[in-house]
Amino acid sequence: MQIPLDIALIGECRQLARSVVAPVLAYIETHSTVSVERAALRVLGVDGVDKEGVPWPNRMVDALVAANRVSCGSLYWLSGACLSQGMSVQAGAEWLAIAGCRPDFDWDALVVEPARREAWAIEQVQQALQTLKGARDARQAFRERLGDAPTPWRYLIVATGNIFEDVPQAVAAARQGADIIAVIRATAQSLLDYVPYGTTAEGSGGTFATAANFRLLRSALDQVSEELGRYVQATNYASGLCMPEISVLAAQEGLDMLLNDALYGILFRDINLYRTLTDQYFSRMVNGFAGITINTGEDNYLTTADAIEAGHTVLSSQFINERFAEAAGIARAQMGLGHAFEIDPRRPDGFLDELAMAQLVRQIFPEHPLKYMPPTKHITGNIFKSYAHQTMYNLATVMTRQHICLLGILTEAIHTPFVADRYLALQNLNYVQNFSGGLMAEFSLQPDGHIARRANQVLQEAHAQLAHIHAVGLVAALGEGCFADVKRTPDGGKGLTGVFEKGEAYFNPVWTALEAHAISGTGV
Amino acid sequence: METNGNTQDTPTQPEWRAVKAYGDTLNDGAMQFSFCLPVPAGRQAEEAAKLLLAKMGMTDPLITSIEPMGPELTFFVAYARCPHSVDYAAIEIPLSSFPVMDMHGVDAFIETNFGHSITVLGACIGTDAHTVGIDAIMNMKGYDGHYGLERYRMVNAVNLGAQVPIEHLVARARELQADALLVSQIVTQKNAHVTNMTQLVELLEAEGLREQVVLIAGGPRISHQLATELGFDAGFGPGTYAEDVASFVVFEMQRRASSV
Repeated sequence: MQIPLDIALIGECRQLARSVVAPVLAYIETHSTVSVERAALRVLGVDGVDKEGVPWPNRMVDALVAANRVSCGSLYWLSGACLSQGMSVQAGAEWLAIAGCRPDFDWDALVVEPARREAWAIEQVQQALQTLKGARDARQAFRERLGDAPTPWRYLIVATGNIFEDVPQAVAAARQGADIIAVIRATAQSLLDYVPYGTTAEGSGGTFATAANFRLLRSALDQVSEELGRYVQATNYASGLCMPEISVLAAQEGLDMLLNDALYGILFRDINLYRTLTDQYFSRMVNGFAGITINTGEDNYLTTADAIEAGHTVLSSQFINERFAEAAGIARAQMGLGHAFEIDPRRPDGFLDELAMAQLVRQIFPEHPLKYMPPTKHITGNIFKSYAHQTMYNLATVMTRQHICLLGILTEAIHTPFVADRYLALQNLNYVQNFSGGLMAEFSLQPDGHIARRANQVLQEAHAQLAHIHAVGLVAALGEGCFADVKRTPDGGKGLTGVFEKGEAYFNPVWTALEAHAISGTGV
Repeated sequence: METNGNTQDTPTQPEWRAVKAYGDTLNDGAMQFSFCLPVPAGRQAEEAAKLLLAKMGMTDPLITSIEPMGPELTFFVAYARCPHSVDYAAIEIPLSSFPVMDMHGVDAFIETNFGHSITVLGACIGTDAHTVGIDAIMNMKGYDGHYGLERYRMVNAVNLGAQVPIEHLVARARELQADALLVSQIVTQKNAHVTNMTQLVELLEAEGLREQVVLIAGGPRISHQLATELGFDAGFGPGTYAEDVASFVVFEMQRRASSV
């Protein structure tokens, strides 16, 4: 099934997205955030927490902020500490975190010759990035040996709040047929300005994203992948105030995917827009380097806005997300752009509108592992009706060859899924795929039919919206509520105090190396 | 909460004294079940499922599907008869008797009875980040063809959004002299909603604001009974529209004004 589309108009949309993103990239080049600085420390291996449980990366960056020294960057001072004190990276960070809080601390004693600093940086950063690359290559080899499941990949969620309960549920879901396991994150975590440490057994609405929790899940999934002879992927959330750090931890622990959207935190978590835009860039450079597939969150727009009226906002946001990702060095094959099956089920021929949208996105982003989200907004407590609704979603998934299929759960809107709910969800998709996989090869589309007309209408509306966003600028457009009917102002939201302008002496060799990788698309 | 307040005069039919579940024949007591047991699928599992139904007081259990979901996990679909009946006619539901008005009716009511617009604050409190519910009630567009409170001419609707700390909500309520607070709680894991709602009531009381606001909770697991037990004025579950909430708010405001 191919919809006749205006190829020139698609090209113009990409060009507009490029122009919309360009001034933001210029802003990002001259700014950093506390979470970017902590992430840079984490890349070099700074880890662990103090006696109160505060992560050392936070302690050290907080000390720099308190002393008004952060504009040089955390690695400027860490390199100085390590060189002048003859310390390891970890010891240097801890020492600086503590000593740097003293009012009489001699910061000038940490200033070293640029040549020594460069030499230190080359050694440290090369080593750290080689380690990450080695882990990536090893995982890639493991994955290739076992082989990926055919698409659509079955994406299932576990969310008990307790990693020790999540892991057996994840393994059970994998054995039942899941190809991707997402551990839903504790709802409060997006607004924490630190990453919790260690394994966690308590979390509301989900489980805390921590390096130790990532490790436990990935290791259990490695085992079950061997058992099944099929690679099972793990995903988590690089969103919120700690986007860059989560990406680093995910890269270090071998996660395969991350929810990682350029705008989601701004719109749905009310995080300051400059904070998120800067954070997403560094975060995505890490993801690009580590080979992590990102998932974007445009599906969320349709939980607040109407899926027919606002269908085009999903598409224009996908163009913007694509451009931000591309600028950060993410390959198209790593861009899981998000969209959703959220049209009111009572709409006559609504299924045709769903097919139009799903196929439109498929054709415009042919190399991208699209992430398709099931209906939630119009799901009620009638589980039998919901199951029918999810069947139609699965049919659209199969007909339009979506890549990542988040399985629709018949008890959506009632409770976190029961084990049987996941089993039934898999059964549903397996049935639809097996029973109708060849369907679309048998049909050609009416060139001026309902589906083609709707798809072209959405494309034209997206083009018009991108032209408007380009005219007023992304920041002003966010203020107008261009996405999800949510309005955000440049000085509003959480985390703005953590954004700073890079000083003249700003030194971040991790950023530099990742950016070089992003631009060249080659290794370190 | 129930909003069809004029059903107090429930007609009583003789058979409503002993109502049983209805499968295909009146009073057959037929019910359907689905559940999992953490055991391997097989004859023993089937027997276990039947025993469980028997312990629930069910008779004639029939396991229609028994499927292994994993080495030690079995999914069942079952049917059985429930011998129990309930006296439907004797059930009393504390219905608050207010008619639901449409948007124009609410606006006219406010104009006539208060003479000025009212302020309604909405928020997802605590760590809850799910704004679907509060948006459906507050947003201009509303939900399902029912306009939200932002569209009401006589309602100053302020949506504070997700993850609003309780202290912040109370401070804003004082600052804006809110007439009503709408609190949405979607995440109910580990009873987080109960904790959040209780804390809000306590803080409003401590701040001396409780009597000044109509306090309402909403969410898929919120019932009127639960909300009132926790000290709210009303609770609204699934299927609620903006006009249901708005009607309750304005009648409650009028009731308070006239009882002074």
